[in-house]
Order: sequence, then C-alpha cells, then structure tokens
Amino acid sequence: MTAGLTGNPPERTVKDMQSRRDQVMAAVIILPSVILLGIFVYGFIAQTVRVSMTDWGQEAAMVINPKITYVGMANYRELFTGFLNMRFRQDLTNMFFFTLLFVGFSLLVGLLLAVLIEQLVWGETFFRTVFLYPMSLSFVVTGTIWRWLLQPRGGINALPTLVGLPAGKFLWLTSREQTLTFDWSHIFHYLCLGVLIVSAAAAFSSWTGGDRRKLRARLAICAVLIGILASGILTRIKLLPFAEAHGFNKALWGVVIAAVWQMSGYTMALYLAGLRTIPDELREAARVDGASKFQVYRYVDFPLLGPITVSAVVILGHIALKIFDLIFAMAGPDHYPTSVPAITMFLKTFRGNELAVGSAIGVILLILVSLLIIPYLVTSFRAEER
Amino acid sequence: MTKPRGATRVLVQVLAVLLAIAYLIPVYMTLVTSLKDPKEINLMTAWQLPSQVNWESYSTAFRQFAPYLKNSFTLAICATALSAIMGSLNGYVLSKYPLPGRNIIMPLIVFGMFIPYQSVLVPLFQFMQRTKLYGGLPGLILVHVVYGLPITTLLFRSFYEEIPTELIGAASIDGADFFGIFRYVILPLSGPPFLVVCIWQFTQIWNEFLFAVTLTRPNAQPITVALANLAGGQAVSWNLPMAGSVLAAMPTVLIYILLGRYFVRGLLAGALKG
Repeated sequence: MTAGLTGNPPERTVKDMQSRRDQVMAAVIILPSVILLGIFVYGFIAQTVRVSMTDWGQEAAMVINPKITYVGMANYRELFTGFLNMRFRQDLTNMFFFTLLFVGFSLLVGLLLAVLIEQLVWGETFFRTVFLYPMSLSFVVTGTIWRWLLQPRGGINALPTLVGLPAGKFLWLTSREQTLTFDWSHIFHYLCLGVLIVSAAAAFSSWTGGDRRKLRARLAICAVLIGILASGILTRIKLLPFAEAHGFNKALWGVVIAAVWQMSGYTMALYLAGLRTIPDELREAARVDGASKFQVYRYVDFPLLGPITVSAVVILGHIALKIFDLIFAMAGPDHYPTSVPAITMFLKTFRGNELAVGSAIGVILLILVSLLIIPYLVTSFRAEER
Repeated sequence: MTKPRGATRVLVQVLAVLLAIAYLIPVYMTLVTSLKDPKEINLMTAWQLPSQVNWESYSTAFRQFAPYLKNSFTLAICATALSAIMGSLNGYVLSKYPLPGRNIIMPLIVFGMFIPYQSVLVPLFQFMQRTKLYGGLPGLILVHVVYGLPITTLLFRSFYEEIPTELIGAASIDGADFFGIFRYVILPLSGPPFLVVCIWQFTQIWNEFLFAVTLTRPNAQPITVALANLAGGQAVSWNLPMAGSVLAAMPTVLIYILLGRYFVRGLLAGALKG
C-alpha cells in the first residue's frame, strides 16, 4: 500500500472512442468548478496578499470609498517585532506547542488503540465505534463539553475524590503558568535549533535505512548548523529592542486533551487500515525466525506503517495549524493563554476592523500550512503520474 | 493476525474496557448534567446521577435552538446535494476524459481543501457584501458548495477510476454520448460513492463554525454558532449548554452510528489510497 491522496492513474482513457463533441462537453462541465475555485481560492488568496500590504483598517474599513495606501511589509514587520503585537507572537508559540503535542499524542494514542483492537478477542466493532465516535462531533460541541469537564474545581479534577483521593488542582484552561520560556529576540537561534533537530532525525533515518550518500549530506548539514549555533551569531541579531519572554502556556493542556480525545480515533482508523494490509506471511516469517511478539511489531509492522504516519502527520498537522473553533468554544476568543493566530485573525478582522492586519495573519497561516501540504501534494500526484 | 492467549488475552480485554470508559466519560457527564435540575448542578457533585430526572432542559434547549437547527438542516442538505452533484460530474470528467492540463488541474483543485480559510476570509467577506449575499443562508450555501468541491471531486474521481474503461467503450459504440454514458454507465454504479460523499459533506458542513460565525446574521446562524453563543455566556447554568450539545451532536452521531462504515471510508479516502 502506498500513502497518497489519489486513486489509480487513469492510463486507459477512451480517447479513440470519444467524439469531439463529448470532449467539448466534458470541458464545459468542468469549467464552472474550475472558475469558481480559481476565484474563491486563488483569486481571493491574491487579494488577501494585496490587502495585507495596505493600511486598510479601523476608520477606513467603515466608509464606502476608503483611502487605502500601500505600506509594503509594514504589517508583517509590526506583527513580528512591533511592541503592540506581543499577543501574536505568543499565539505563534502556542500554535507551535499545540501542534507538537496534539500531533504527537494523536499518533501515539491512535497507534496504541489500533494495536489493542487488533489483539481483541471480542467486541472489536464495539470498541472501534467507541474510540472513533468523537470524530463525528463538531469542535464546538467537543469544546463545550470539555469546558465543563475541565472546570478547576469539578469534572476531571473532582474524579479522584470519587475513590477517596484528594482532588486534582491543575488549572486545565485557566492556568497562567508558563514554562520553557525563551527570548523572542533570539527566535532565529531557536529556529536554527529546530532545523538541526529535524536534520538530525533525517540523518538517523538514512543511517538506519543504509543510504550512505544521503547520510553524508545530512550529517554535513547538521555540522554546519551546529557551527552556526555554537558561534552564537544568531543570538546577536536584535529582533526587538527589549527582551520578550514567550513560552509554553500550561493552559494549553486542556485544549490538547480535548483535541486528542476527538482525533485519536482518526489515527486509529488509519493505522488499523494499514495493519490490515500487511500480509500475515510477513509476520509468520519473522516468527519462524524466532522474533517475539513485540519484535514482530517493532521490525515488521511499524516500519511498514511509515507512509501512513506521514499522511497522518500532514492531515493532523494542518488541522492543528488552523485550529479555531475548539479554542473558541473551550476558552473563548478573549482568553490570552490559549489564543492562536486563527483566533487573533478573527478578532482583528471582525472586531477591530483591522482588515489589513487580519489579512497578514491569514497569509502567514497559509504559508505555514503550505510548507506542510505542498510537498505532500507534489509527491502524491507525482507518484500517480508514474 | 494471531490473537493472544491466556493472561494477556484477559489483560488486553480489560485495558480496552478501561479505555472505552475513558472515551465515554464526556457522554456520561453531558447526559447527567443535562438531566439535572439547574439547582442541583454543583461542581462537587457533578459526577453523581440526578436525584430526579428533569427533561426540562431539553424542551427549553429545543425551543431556543429550533430555528438554528432548521438553518443547519437547510444549509447542510442544500450544500451537500449541490457539491455532491458537481463533484460527481467533475470526477467523471477528470477520470474518463483526457483534457489538456489535467495533471495540473487536480493538485490545484485539491490544494483548495487544505488552505486555512483565514487566508481567503477578508476578500470573501467583501465579495459577499458586494453581491448582497452576506448574512443569509444562500450565501453560506454557496461558500460551502465551492469549498466542498475539492473533496467531492477527489472522492468521486478515485471511485470512478475503478470503473473499467471497456464499459464506457461499449456504451459509446452503442451510440451513447457524454450524458448517455453518465446516465447509463456511471450513475448506476454511483450509489456507494454518493453515500460516502454525502455523509462526509453533511458532517463537515453541519459541524463547521468559522464561515458560519463570520458570514451570517443572527437569524441565519447555524446550530454551532448558537451553541457557542449560549455556552460562551457567563451566567448560564450548565444544563442548557449540555442539552444543546446533545441536540447539536445528534444528527451527525446518528449518521455515524447507522452508517459508520461509509463514514470511515470517507475519512480514510482523504489520506489514503487503498
């Protein structure tokens, strides 16, 4: 099985048998959709980019023929370095940690559930249904229910008292505590560190895969990055004239729990579909060679689930970057500690009438999602053409 | 796959039961809270069953939510039907006709289902105001049809690629034209794909929030917005939001329970070829 968005390539079309008129008809049928998507997706994106480079907002948004001036990248500069936009920078930090935790835990829990279901003797359908039902709910419903479950002095925190233990004290959504703090001025330093971690992981995978040439290239990249980090060059860039602390807001745990509860069934379904396509002969062969049950999973099943994991990371990752409704319903749009760029975009655009700034945030979100989606689409459709 | 024996077998079963309880806890809490008298709802006793079952929250929530539920049904049914029909025709064309630029069109269409809608929201908002579509259900239906096209086209295309080309060749020799083939060859085989696509679209549109909250006036709002407004208010006791959540979740959960197999197929088709 290969992961990808697409079905089989349509190698055998019926060109010879189709009349010219049918060809024209086909083009006419598809044209409205192409035009609609051309306008609503690509035209509107272009317009958003244009608006994001103007000063359109506040009073100008209220009048019929506003005077709008071109301001270049000023809105972007303001968002990343402006004194008043500290919230947006914490939004980005929140989004980063939320994405990491949500994708990580969804994969882990989903895999655990899939393996568990494979091992069940009875009730397979029942348990699969139970683990997957949250997927059919709206994020607004999930958010409303979990908001009640995560009340500081009730719900989950009161659960231990049912068996005589002391009540939990953690403030799931309202905590103001922050850990893993860093200075935003040094953001490039940390971005470089992030790239290093990714390259090191890539190098490790080419090492286990035995690809010598790729390994050497990736190790070279790692060495360069370590050099840059050690030299401290990036910490000398002064992005802000002042130190600005950002970090992981513990209040995000509440959102992560609700999101994993809703989406882990999805990864479970993906992994289950994957496990079912692995032929039993492969496992049998490993067992004949003396592999234990755990080793069969470790060396036969998990490596074959690689492509599915890539798909899951892309799908879950883009959901995490766009997350809006869940946080809106759980904590409200005005709750600082759990805010993300999508929330601030909504507030700036529809409450503050700052259409240009809202557009700029929209473009930033689009760029982040594209970094994830475009490589995935390109590889999927290239595989199809072959 | 071989199943475990002996002690592990029991252990696996117990673990599954515990996890299932954990996944069902929110349902328990929702139902229990929604059936309590508002005076009885209290953080310390939240886990206890109601001393007396009180259905009033449901009748109140239903009275309050009826217009929004109606909006959601109108919206989801119209948008689902239109996007499914268009997706079916698109999928037919893109899987069976060698149009110029076909290899580029498909990824360009599919990209549309991944974009963060925040990146089109400002121009979309302007467009809706200029065309006087802003605020009402027809506008919201249009938006959901357009942004639903990528997934419906993709799903139908991958289904139709499984239909052998010989079948179409035979129909064409018998004199069937473009619509003849669609009507007599493609459509009779389209039952399952239509079910998968409609279930997927209905669930997505019913559950959607961003377009609903930014592009509608209060009288055209779908249930998700009404629920968020109700639960977001501060002075509300929790029985109403919980009863409201049950009402808002009912249609999609029923679909999932009754037609789960097709729901899962739609879920997987977005990410997998299989």
